[in-house]
Amino acid sequence: MIPLKNIHEEIMEQKPVSKGSYLLSVVRLSAVLIILCGIIYPLASTALAQVLMPSQANGSLLKNKEGKVIGSELIGQNFSNPALFHGRVSSIEYKAEASGSNNYGPSNPDMLKRTSDFIAQWKIDNPEVPIHELPIDLVTNSGSGLDPHISPAAALVQIPRISGLTGVPSETLKELVKEHTEGRDLGLFGEKRVNILKLNMALMERSSK
Amino acid sequence: MGIVQIIAVIAILLLLVKPLGTYLYYTFSNEPNRSDRIFGGIERGIYKLGGLKKLEGMSWKKYTISFLSTNIVLVAFGYLILRLQGGLPLNPNSMGGMDQSLSFNTVISFITNTNLQHYSGETGLSYFSQMAVITMLMFTSAASGLSVAVAFVRGVTGKKTLGNFFQDFVKSHTRIFLPLALLVALTLVALKVPQTLQPTLEVSTLEGQSQQIAVGPVASLESIKHLGTNGGGFTGANSSHPFENPSPLTNVIEILSMWMLPASLPYMYGLFAKNKRQGWGIFSAMMILFVLLLSLNFYAESKGNPAIHAMGIDASQGSMEGKEVRFGIAQSSLFTAVTTAATTGSVNNMHDTQTPLGQITPLALMMLNNVFGGKGVGLINMLMYAILAVFLCGLMVGRTPEFLGRKIEAREMKLIAIAILIHPLIILAPTAASFLTDLGQGSISNPGYHGLTQVLYEYASSAANNGSGFEGLADNNTFWNMTTGLVMLLGRYISMIAMLAVAGSLLRKQPVPETAGTFRTDNGLFTGILIGTVLIIGALTFLPVIVLGPIAEHLTLR
Repeated sequence: MIPLKNIHEEIMEQKPVSKGSYLLSVVRLSAVLIILCGIIYPLASTALAQVLMPSQANGSLLKNKEGKVIGSELIGQNFSNPALFHGRVSSIEYKAEASGSNNYGPSNPDMLKRTSDFIAQWKIDNPEVPIHELPIDLVTNSGSGLDPHISPAAALVQIPRISGLTGVPSETLKELVKEHTEGRDLGLFGEKRVNILKLNMALMERSSK
Repeated sequence: MGIVQIIAVIAILLLLVKPLGTYLYYTFSNEPNRSDRIFGGIERGIYKLGGLKKLEGMSWKKYTISFLSTNIVLVAFGYLILRLQGGLPLNPNSMGGMDQSLSFNTVISFITNTNLQHYSGETGLSYFSQMAVITMLMFTSAASGLSVAVAFVRGVTGKKTLGNFFQDFVKSHTRIFLPLALLVALTLVALKVPQTLQPTLEVSTLEGQSQQIAVGPVASLESIKHLGTNGGGFTGANSSHPFENPSPLTNVIEILSMWMLPASLPYMYGLFAKNKRQGWGIFSAMMILFVLLLSLNFYAESKGNPAIHAMGIDASQGSMEGKEVRFGIAQSSLFTAVTTAATTGSVNNMHDTQTPLGQITPLALMMLNNVFGGKGVGLINMLMYAILAVFLCGLMVGRTPEFLGRKIEAREMKLIAIAILIHPLIILAPTAASFLTDLGQGSISNPGYHGLTQVLYEYASSAANNGSGFEGLADNNTFWNMTTGLVMLLGRYISMIAMLAVAGSLLRKQPVPETAGTFRTDNGLFTGILIGTVLIIGALTFLPVIVLGPIAEHLTLR
């Protein structure tokens, strides 16, 4: 290897540059960096990721018992069956070819109407649960519109409805929610949460037994 | 628990500042050191391919021209690719070319390190564009900003020259952004961020409906998006999307990725000034302002929206509209404060949906634009305020002000006044103008005072080269594409050029010896005066409009 102290000295010895070759240098240097940052770097990352961690790199897909892909563990799904756990409000109905939400401001009348309508409907569907126990994450739209989680409290308040419709005892459902509650990362970061897709998969497996 | 999480992240940051700042110093002081052995050969190859034979120090004008001409070449390339992406390879989802005004806005947005996005990644860009335009500009714009900051520091601290732009630019890539980006990208993949060239997936859900799931080379973009304080997401929902930011752990990694380099720059500056206390003084001023504004957001978001509380539900989680359950208030609030302080502009919760008092935090951080700040620019801006503070103190005692042993005179103060005044001008003037036109007003999606904040936020974000948005605003049309495009250009280049000129002018001055009468800039008193200067200038220019927007909304919300 050439001692690197010499790089700068070596370069200094050359003769001065003209305007034309200066501009050409700008273009050439830009081209080199475009190739390095825009092509080599992302393709090298892709190759390494695909070889080392193919499951994560391809979207953490979940398969059912028959081996068919039914979604990604990271992406929420739309659940309309009242006998299953429901996720958060999503203005895009969990259509994951895009993402986002309505971006309603806190004083937006449409948002306030959507929320009060949701609460009114919830009262009809879940007469057993007093409204002051309904957690706010269930009545609000997530930022991505694809939130795969709800809070543990939001899962627990749905148990009376699901138990009534499926006949699965409340205690069993509580156990199920507890099993699927993920703690804070490293015991410190983020919030406790329940992955709805995984929880519903487990629930359906139990019901089909 | 929320506060503990926030303190833990700040503690990790503090541990990173010294080693990283030292590394930055060795990278840019151009003294031979051990990292030459790893990177020197690659850099020599790049210089050779670029046809660079001389790497001598440049005058401020030469430095500025090199910086601008490189940016122009990159932006022209990006524009062509976006327009032609329909016929280029790596386009499995068959995207068509992007239209003129949107392409203009997009390339300006990325070369200026703003990353305001008037398109949605999943539906507007081919994978080739995501890589060769978006990811590439994320690297090069960050490296440009860092290079200019280093040149400014060399000038202020009285080095022989401002340095050579091409050398700084290449070294920023090879020694900082590329290795770090690869490391962070692979870590993110390990934590489930996708990195694939497959087209959008189609699955049959648990209930038997069809669901299409957009994937792509996300992780490689995500890492440089934060390291380069860029902020433009692969997806429309940005870092709130579970593929961009699957867990609280990735959230912490993304926060530190965007925060650690801007936070280390003051330490690097201290090393250049041969007085670490100068660096820590600047750092402390930034951190104090940051914690003040973060606290406001955390408090307001934890308290939640009174209009929803009135409906009688259990709102103990705080304001959850527009937030993700896995992050909750603490990780969302910290992300909001860091992304607007470091002018990244990625979001892990929707700023449009925050409580009115909470919205003040991102707005204020972008309006001040010097609390950590984007790659390099934040340090430049804070040093600009430091010179202003010295000048104000000089006026009070009737002495010619000095900064680091150099006299601050009319020429420097004129340039600084331009740089300080341009920022409020390009935020407030277009905000007012857009309310006079139907085009501007027609895009507002939230009625009432919040609508004013939406427009204000869009221009503040453009001027500060932040790029986050109150995304409800219907901003993909010619009016918004053109006006925000211009604001981004002015916001980025005017202050950078003015500050390079200041650096060039300081470099030519004879150093004056320090005496007992010299006003010291490396103690707590000066940090206090600096914070005061920033707050007074900020409040004088922006308080009225903050009252009309968020504060009015707060007072009427019940």
